[in-house]
Amino acid sequence: MNEASTETVLSIRDLNIALPKGADRALAVEDVSYDVKRGEIMCVVGESGSGKSMAANAVMGLLPKGVRATQGEILFEGQNLLAMTEKQHRALRGLKIGMIFQEPMTALNPLMRVGAQIAEVFEAHGQFNAKERQTRALELLIEVGIPQPEKAIRAYPFELSGGQRQRVMIAMALALEPILLIADEPTTALDVTTQAQILELIRDLQQRRGMSVMFITHDFGVVAEIASRVCVMRHGKIVELGDAKSVLQNPQDAYTQALIAAIPSNAVPPHRETSQVAPLLEIKQLNKVFRSRGGWLKPAREVRALEDVSLTLARGETVGIVGESGSGKSTLGRCVVRLEHPDSGELLLDGVNLSQLKGDALRRERHRVQMIFQDPYASLNPRTKVGMAIAQGPIANGTPKAAALKQAGELLDMVGLGASAVERFPHEFSGGQRQRIGIARALALNPELIVADEAVSALDVSIQAQVLELLEELKQRLSLSLLFITHDLRVAAQICDRIVVMQYGRIVEQGSAEQIFLAPKEAYTQDLLKAIPGREAPVAATA
Amino acid sequence: MVYARLILMRLFKAVIVLFLIVIFNFLLIQLAPGDPAAILAGQAGAADQEFLNQLRERFGLDQPMYVQLWRYVSGIAMLDFGYSYRLGVPVFDLIMARLPATLLLTGTAFVLSLVLGIVAGSMAAARVKKPSGSLIMALALVFYATPLFWVALMSVVVFSVYLGWLPAYGLYTVGAGHTGFALALDIAKHLVLPATTLALFFMAIYTRMTRTSMLDAAQQDYVKTARAKGLKPSIIQRRHVLRNALLPIITLAGLQAGQMVGGAILTETVFAWPGIGRLMFEALEQRDYNLLLGIFFFSAALVIVFNIITDLVYSLADPRIKKGAA
Amino acid sequence: MSFFARFAQNRGALVGLIILLVIIAMAILAPLLFPESPWRMVQRPFLPPLSQDGFPLGTDTMGRNVASGLMHGAWVSLLIGLVSTSVALLIGVPLGAIAGYYGGWIDDLLMRFTEFFQTIPNFALAIVLVAIMQPSISSIVLAIAIVSWPPVARLVRAEFMSLRNREYVEAARLVGQSNTTIILRQILPNTLSPIIVLASLMVATAILLESALSFLGLGDPNVMSWGYMIGAARTVIRQAWWLSFFPGVAILLTVLALNLVGEGLDDALNPKLSRER
Repeated sequence: MNEASTETVLSIRDLNIALPKGADRALAVEDVSYDVKRGEIMCVVGESGSGKSMAANAVMGLLPKGVRATQGEILFEGQNLLAMTEKQHRALRGLKIGMIFQEPMTALNPLMRVGAQIAEVFEAHGQFNAKERQTRALELLIEVGIPQPEKAIRAYPFELSGGQRQRVMIAMALALEPILLIADEPTTALDVTTQAQILELIRDLQQRRGMSVMFITHDFGVVAEIASRVCVMRHGKIVELGDAKSVLQNPQDAYTQALIAAIPSNAVPPHRETSQVAPLLEIKQLNKVFRSRGGWLKPAREVRALEDVSLTLARGETVGIVGESGSGKSTLGRCVVRLEHPDSGELLLDGVNLSQLKGDALRRERHRVQMIFQDPYASLNPRTKVGMAIAQGPIANGTPKAAALKQAGELLDMVGLGASAVERFPHEFSGGQRQRIGIARALALNPELIVADEAVSALDVSIQAQVLELLEELKQRLSLSLLFITHDLRVAAQICDRIVVMQYGRIVEQGSAEQIFLAPKEAYTQDLLKAIPGREAPVAATA
Repeated sequence: MVYARLILMRLFKAVIVLFLIVIFNFLLIQLAPGDPAAILAGQAGAADQEFLNQLRERFGLDQPMYVQLWRYVSGIAMLDFGYSYRLGVPVFDLIMARLPATLLLTGTAFVLSLVLGIVAGSMAAARVKKPSGSLIMALALVFYATPLFWVALMSVVVFSVYLGWLPAYGLYTVGAGHTGFALALDIAKHLVLPATTLALFFMAIYTRMTRTSMLDAAQQDYVKTARAKGLKPSIIQRRHVLRNALLPIITLAGLQAGQMVGGAILTETVFAWPGIGRLMFEALEQRDYNLLLGIFFFSAALVIVFNIITDLVYSLADPRIKKGAA
Repeated sequence: MSFFARFAQNRGALVGLIILLVIIAMAILAPLLFPESPWRMVQRPFLPPLSQDGFPLGTDTMGRNVASGLMHGAWVSLLIGLVSTSVALLIGVPLGAIAGYYGGWIDDLLMRFTEFFQTIPNFALAIVLVAIMQPSISSIVLAIAIVSWPPVARLVRAEFMSLRNREYVEAARLVGQSNTTIILRQILPNTLSPIIVLASLMVATAILLESALSFLGLGDPNVMSWGYMIGAARTVIRQAWWLSFFPGVAILLTVLALNLVGEGLDDALNPKLSRER
């Protein structure tokens, strides 16, 4: 990607970082050694709990309370950072090492203007006078490509979008032209098109300034996009370290292979027969407007979440709804299960219009459409045993308790958790297992249609693959009809027969998965596809 | 204009609340024990039936309920709170005469408690898990748990009776004839014990709140950002932690206004401070219900005014409100 | 870790619990140790503490036994604290639950109502209520409950608002559970911890309020209470400071103990470290 020199900027040697007592393991990272060379982008990859961010925090001297390095050294320009006093360390932060974080929404002080927050970097290191600092801040904002920089410098963070805030963060991190930039999952919270822009910006600035970047991510797609070298971590240890190209194309370690295999494939989605049977679900001209209630003298604000949305779903078919945040895809799903009340339009399920039902009439029809939720931690009542959580639906619909619990056991068996799980509480299960419980709950009422709202988005890649596999299997076995809502085109390509692309509450394009991927007609669909990280990069062929 | 809109909205709400309190007050007067005419007559010393009827007519007590309510409401709209049954003086005049002393006391106590509470709370937050930090919190808890009137009495015993440092009763030394600066100094001396007593409880509340709020703010991502810039801890604490931590304290201060009135009643009672709190105690002792309810209405109005002020301060401190977002 | 182990980790909470148990024992033992009415004049007035056997805390202005009054007063304080808090919960919990769960105009209406009560200075309101209803245990309990339910309603409403859109509640709605079932079975159990913590602090505040009312002469004339003892001795503070001192210490310790226990409950019920995500 660029001619990385051999000069080492940062060198981590035999690093151990201890977690406080009572954590799930003793060491956050164990015997970790890697280098970051001048002018390269070093990607540290791992799933949650792999300890991938810990070393970076140690470099910055920003380890959480109670967490400390117990062994090894971190050499930066020949000095051991771990042996430094806080004051010496502080002098490096912002000046020689800059850092950006995952959550742009919360990483800026809500009460300070953007310009003042950038100027603080100069102030911290005693550079320039107040006026020059503002001038520099403006130059930086221009450099990171903020629209209307003269206005943005006087703006408060809440007036900027997530992508713009991340640009401000980058401007701050780069203000003093540091030698090393640490980026801790900087694009994870962003939409895919914004992510592509920010990655582009980081790569651009890195090359222009010839600095080194330590880039932490969980996404191999992002790795393929920008890494010069890769360090794969698992359970606090390095499992593979090497040149980006060779790791991606020829991974040696079994775990790395599994991770790369688990990335929803870049290969063209398989051709699927589109069924010709009469549609199970017909959505006609659905509209939904959210109004923020204006108070006295305060104007109400309107957001058109759905505008004339029409689509059909055949029995046994999986339709993917894909879009970025604010596209209305979740509102559509919530209208279909009738957690939201559509303003107008029809929702015909097997010919019965669900869109205007209310009260008891609605409650009687609810069993026909069920939902799999996004957050495996919030979707189960912490005080309800798993069996009961699943049996609640049948019981509310008149099944005797004993029979409902027995059925819950069978369902848990079917989703691979074993019938004994009935008696356990949600906190005894991992995120992936909970998602299986959520699937069992959705199946308990034998619904005609299941809506899956970002059902795998909160899971690590390897778990994601397992849950998708389970869904695929259940689809075949029970001939499920599925409305699959996701922001991730890669995931949609794996499981959907047809894909509907949404933007600003409208349907932009719909077609078979194959057609959307190979021959997208609309510019927006093309942009979305282009923005998928690592799409054009060579990745090992998946099995 | 956001401010004009905000003020207008708050004033409108305030009028509704005050109107409801007036109605509430009227209902309470009806429930009050004893025949007001008999009480009035009792003051006058004669109680024959004819005189009672005369009184009823004069004060409109013979009118139907809704007429009485209308008279009461329209009276209050004209700042006419009726007469004190016992003293035969307009309630409004009595209250206005006592208001300055109460404002002086509560104002002093408010500023004192807020400043000391924020200072102590920030210190405790900076010394979390250290003995000095725990000591501040322990003291705050004790002050929070101590009955205000008891602190008042004990401070009289210690500082006035035993040590003889400060006067224990009244607003100024009666009969000393101080004027100008000497009078101000005299009042200030008399103010020390009541204001400190009243402030202690609120200081405890602000201390606890400031600490919680600061520890909470210190956990926020923007503080990590500030550290990543290489800023000094003192600047981070002041500019990033404290500024954000103060927002919930402004809200709390607004909510505490009502408590302040309650505290003033007790403090003024003990220190014979001639404010509306003491007046309320006197009305209570003499079962002077009209005066009691007049003071009640007035104190609610004071709280509402204070709430409007804190709302405005909040909107100044938080740019998200100024720009009409959220 | 068991509930009590987590509670006991907070040493202050343990101390608070012990003090509280002592005060409860005082309340229970009062009729046994001092079977005579605490109102009875049993000795000459103004007997200083420790000056005579059987009168460890001396006698008051009327020659009544201060130690006896203190122990009988414990019962009154605890009773009023507990009952008025229960009444406040009975008002505040349903109100907050309905406002938070249904939202919309119901929420608007109930919250304006709550705000109204929050705006009114609460001690002044309590005074007015007790004065108008005439002082008695029940009027005091009612007045304290009326001034202290708004925070309960607000807390419960906030909890319900954050929980009603939790995915597990939406899932319950989707499978056809009724609103009542969802409120009682899905949401309410998950709001209990903060309610319990708040309730323990409210008992403390109620005891303070009661003592202040009694101090102003608005106590039930038939029962001996700590606030009354201080109020009655107020005018003789220069001669007999101890008459005000001991009941005040009793109030202080009780309120302090309840606050410590409340903090301990908070630690034990809302463990921050073991909380997921």
